[in-house]
Amino acid sequence: MNVLEKIEQQQTKKDVPTMKPGDTLRVHVKIREGDKERIQVFEGTLIARRRAGNHSTITVRKISFGHGVERIFPLHSPAIDKIEVVRSARVRRSKLYYLRNLKGKAARMREARTES
Amino acid sequence: MVSAILGKKVGMTQVFRENGDVVPVTVLKAGPCIVIQRKTAQRDGYEAVQLGLVELPGPRRLSKAAEGHFKKAAANPVRFLREVRLTDSGAEVNLGDKVLADIFKAEERVDVIGTSKGRGFAGFHKRHHFGGGGASHGSMFHRAPGSIGASAFPSRVLKGMRAAGHMGTDRVTVRNLRVVQVLPEENALLVEGAVPGPKGGYVIVRKARAPHKAAARPA
Repeated sequence: MNVLEKIEQQQTKKDVPTMKPGDTLRVHVKIREGDKERIQVFEGTLIARRRAGNHSTITVRKISFGHGVERIFPLHSPAIDKIEVVRSARVRRSKLYYLRNLKGKAARMREARTES
Repeated sequence: MVSAILGKKVGMTQVFRENGDVVPVTVLKAGPCIVIQRKTAQRDGYEAVQLGLVELPGPRRLSKAAEGHFKKAAANPVRFLREVRLTDSGAEVNLGDKVLADIFKAEERVDVIGTSKGRGFAGFHKRHHFGGGGASHGSMFHRAPGSIGASAFPSRVLKGMRAAGHMGTDRVTVRNLRVVQVLPEENALLVEGAVPGPKGGYVIVRKARAPHKAAARPA
């Protein structure tokens, strides 16, 4: 195997949960304040996944005090403690950028039927 | 000690720091190198070693002269040979000695010398960052250089006028790059930022000649 691939593989987390666009996620982010470390949770809808090996990212959108807030997380960053999938919704495309133009009732999404 | 090594550019990627910062890195295959020739002040007027980069496959055909040259060092022939100056003349370096990537440490600053990608015959915009004219709105002046001289005086174009022409395949040195990681078992170096040349291009990595104060501080 190529050195480059080896390095990228080392930098890749193996325990990333399966998630799909439309899922509601709770992203636990490590935050350093001085020499203390704490965990902050960012909860929102997964609107885009960028699949690009060790520099894959996820875009999570939430409405915070009436304002739309989006955060792009490097999926394999050590600053991300863990990611929980809270809910899944049935969506018909992979990038949900249309949610940016919708709010309130229009931005609701139908729950996904769980296969099992 | 030899303070430089020969290598090959593998490609670029990114690595995370512990706090989650992303660092863009170039992966270099550095060494193993073999000392092919030792130049001394008495015989050659300066202290240096000639290094050869060990890689497979080696050269397909050799001239008789080159054959003898490698035979002297009792080394297998190599494709890429470069001379590296020695700073301390009394250094114990012998023919056939190996130089490995472990001469560098993480957080150290290095200079990387490579051959830039060839751009062929490049126009003004690419070669000298000229602005050029407007593309539309009736503009009839697009990618031309504009005036390159005056009129009756001096009746010629001054020497050194920037013009279109061959660009790239130059020897380029990028100084004070930070070594992010050394992987001795892979003979690999991770260097922060970009390095001249294409993937697979040969490079020389040496300890930074003039690390400036900001660069000497670990990031």
